[in-house]
Amino acid sequence: MKTRLLALLLMLLPTLGFAAGDGVHLREMTPDLRDRASLQRGMKLFVNYCMGCHSLQYQRFSRAAEDLDMPRDLVEDNLIFSSGLGFNDQMRSAMSADDGEGWFGAAPPDLTLEARLRGSDWIYSYLLGFYRDPSRPTGVNNRVFPLVAMPNVLEPLQGVQEKVCAASEHPAEGAEIDPLTGKYQSCEVLKVTRPGAMAPEGFEGAVYDLTNFLAYVGEPSRLKAEALAPKVLIFILIFGVIAYLLKREYWRDIH
Amino acid sequence: MADPNKPKAERGVMRWVDDRFPATQMWQEHLSRYYAPKNFNVWYFFGSLALLVLVNQILTGIWLTMSFNPSAEGAFASVEYIMRDVEWGWLIRYMHSTGASAFFIVVYLHMFRGLLYGSYRAPRELVWIFGMAIYLALMAEAFMGYLLPWGQMSYWGAQVIISLFSAIPGIGPDLAQWIRGDYLISGITLNRFFALHVVALPIVILALVVLHIIALHEVGSNNPDGIDIKARKDESGRPLDGIPFHPYYTVKDLVGVAVFLFVFCGVIFYFPEGGGYFLEKPNFEPADPLKTPDHIAPVWYFTPFYAILRAITFSLFGLEAKFLGVLCMGAAIAVLFVLPWLDRSRVRSIRYKGWVSKLMLALFAASFVTLGVLGVLPPTTARTALAQLCTVIYFAFFLLMPFYSRWEKTKPVPERVTGR
Repeated sequence: MKTRLLALLLMLLPTLGFAAGDGVHLREMTPDLRDRASLQRGMKLFVNYCMGCHSLQYQRFSRAAEDLDMPRDLVEDNLIFSSGLGFNDQMRSAMSADDGEGWFGAAPPDLTLEARLRGSDWIYSYLLGFYRDPSRPTGVNNRVFPLVAMPNVLEPLQGVQEKVCAASEHPAEGAEIDPLTGKYQSCEVLKVTRPGAMAPEGFEGAVYDLTNFLAYVGEPSRLKAEALAPKVLIFILIFGVIAYLLKREYWRDIH
Repeated sequence: MADPNKPKAERGVMRWVDDRFPATQMWQEHLSRYYAPKNFNVWYFFGSLALLVLVNQILTGIWLTMSFNPSAEGAFASVEYIMRDVEWGWLIRYMHSTGASAFFIVVYLHMFRGLLYGSYRAPRELVWIFGMAIYLALMAEAFMGYLLPWGQMSYWGAQVIISLFSAIPGIGPDLAQWIRGDYLISGITLNRFFALHVVALPIVILALVVLHIIALHEVGSNNPDGIDIKARKDESGRPLDGIPFHPYYTVKDLVGVAVFLFVFCGVIFYFPEGGGYFLEKPNFEPADPLKTPDHIAPVWYFTPFYAILRAITFSLFGLEAKFLGVLCMGAAIAVLFVLPWLDRSRVRSIRYKGWVSKLMLALFAASFVTLGVLGVLPPTTARTALAQLCTVIYFAFFLLMPFYSRWEKTKPVPERVTGR
C-alpha cells in the first residue's frame, strides 16, 4: 500500500511543476510568515504602491495589525489613507472597478487570494519581471505576464529595467551556459539601466517583503494553524498510546 | 405486549427505558453480543473510520451552514468570511474540505477490502449494494458540495459534469437544463445544490448507512479468510472464532481512529490544500461565467471515472463519442452493483483464490489508480491510449470474472480463521 501511494505521488510530481510553470521559469520565493518586520514592510509597500488600484477586500486592517504586532494608532496614522476607511474595515481600494476598466482596459483584480491562486513564486517573479517596452501604452511589458495592462508602479524604487544581452546567473533567462564563466549568455536578461531609489538587491528585498505580505494575506490563519498543530498532534499521540495499551489489555485473552 | 425473552436491565432507569424501548436489546445485538471474527486485519479499520468522517462532515457542515451565504453574489465572500472573521472558521472549513477527500480515501480503501476478501459474496449481497448506494450518494453529495464555494473550478467543474447529461440523445439538453434550473449554471443552481447538499443527500446517506449496518449485522461480518464463523459455535451458541464487537473492536478501532486523526490533522494544519488536490488553486478565484480556466479537472476522487469518459474518443453504432463516454462512465459504476453475481469462485477471500484472480485484482487496482492520475492531467495521444488500455482492464476485471473465478484452481480453505 505504502509503495503504491509513493508511486502515485511520484507520478504526480512532474505535473506539479507543469501547473506552476506555464512555460516561464519563475524565481523561487519562500514566504517567511514569522518575519514580522518583513511583513510589516510589505504591508507598508502595499498600501503605498498597490492599494491605489488593488483591494484586499477580505483582509481587515485590524486583523493585519493583530497578526503583525502593530499598535492600532500606528496603523491608523500610517497605513490608512482613505478617509472612508476605519481600523476594522477591509482594505478596499478607493478606485472603482468601472474606473479601473475604463483606464486600464481591465479592472485591477482583488489581491487577497492572489498568493493562493498563483503562488508566491509567481508574484515575486512578476513584480521583478517588468522591462521597458515602448510599444506598450504603459511603456513596460512583463516577462511573467506578457502584455499586462499594469504599469510598473515600483519603477521609482527599482529604476528603469531593460532587456539586454548579457551574462546571467539565472538559468531562467533561457540561454546556453558559457563553459568559461558558468553563466548564461542571453539577450533576454533584465537589467536596471537607470537606477531608482533602491539598489537592485534592496529592491529584490522589498519585493520579497511585498510578496511575503501577500502570502500572509492569502491565508492569515496559517500561523495560528502551525502554532496549534503540535498541541493537537501530541494530544492525539498520547490518546493513541493509551488506546493501544487499552487494546492490548483487552485483547490479552484472545488467541 | 412486551416479549418476555427480550434482554432487559434488572432494575433502575435502564429497566424503565427497556420496558418502553429496546435499548438493552439493541446494545447487545449491535455491540456487546454482536460477534465479529477475531482475525480482522488493518483493512477492517476503514468502515469505522468512514463513520467517523461522516460525523465530522455533518458536524462541521452544520457549523459552516451557520455562516455560509448560498447565493451567487455572496457565496465566495462568505467562505472567505468563514476563513477570516468567524472564530475557528478556518479550522471548521479545513476539517470539512479535507474531510471530503478523507471520506473518499477511506471509502475507496473500504471498498477495496471488500474486493480483497469477497465481502460482497452471498449472503452479503445487500450489504454490498447498500454500500454502493452510499458511494453513489456520496459522489452526488461531494459534487454538489464542490459547487458551493463558487470558485472558478467549482463553477467550471460543475459545468463540465452537468453538460455530460446533455450528451444523452433526445432528452439530454432539456435534462441538463432541468438540473441547472437555468440556461447556464447560476445562483439558481447554487441554491438547489445547497438544499440538496445540506438537507436531502445527508438524510439519504444516513438512512443508507443504517441499512448498510443493519444488513451487515443480520448476516455477520466477513473476515480475511472469507470463511463463515457461524458454522462453528460453542454450546452456548457463540461462534468459536467470534468475539463481541464491544469491547474488543471498539478499543481496537480507537487505535485506528488515533492513527487516522494524526494524519488527518497533519493535513488540516500543514497542507490543507493537499498540494492543490484537496483545494484546487483556480478555486481561489471567484466563479466567472465569461472566463474558462485553461485546464478543468474534477476533484481527484472523480478522476478515474472522468478518465474513462475521456478515453472514449470514437463513435460507435451511430452513437456519439461523448454519449458513449457517458455510458462507459455510468457502466463503470453500475458494474460494481452486480459484482456479487459476477464472482463464481468457490472461495471468498483472495488468500485462497488462484493466481488469475490475484493478477486481475492487481491489474484492476493499478488501472484504477492510473486512470485517477490520467483524469487529473490534460489529455495527450499517449495518455488517451493509456486510458483506453486501463478502461479495458477495468471492465475486463468484472466482465471476465464469471469465467476466471470459476475455472481457476483455488486453494483449500481452512476450517477455522487463521489469525493472521
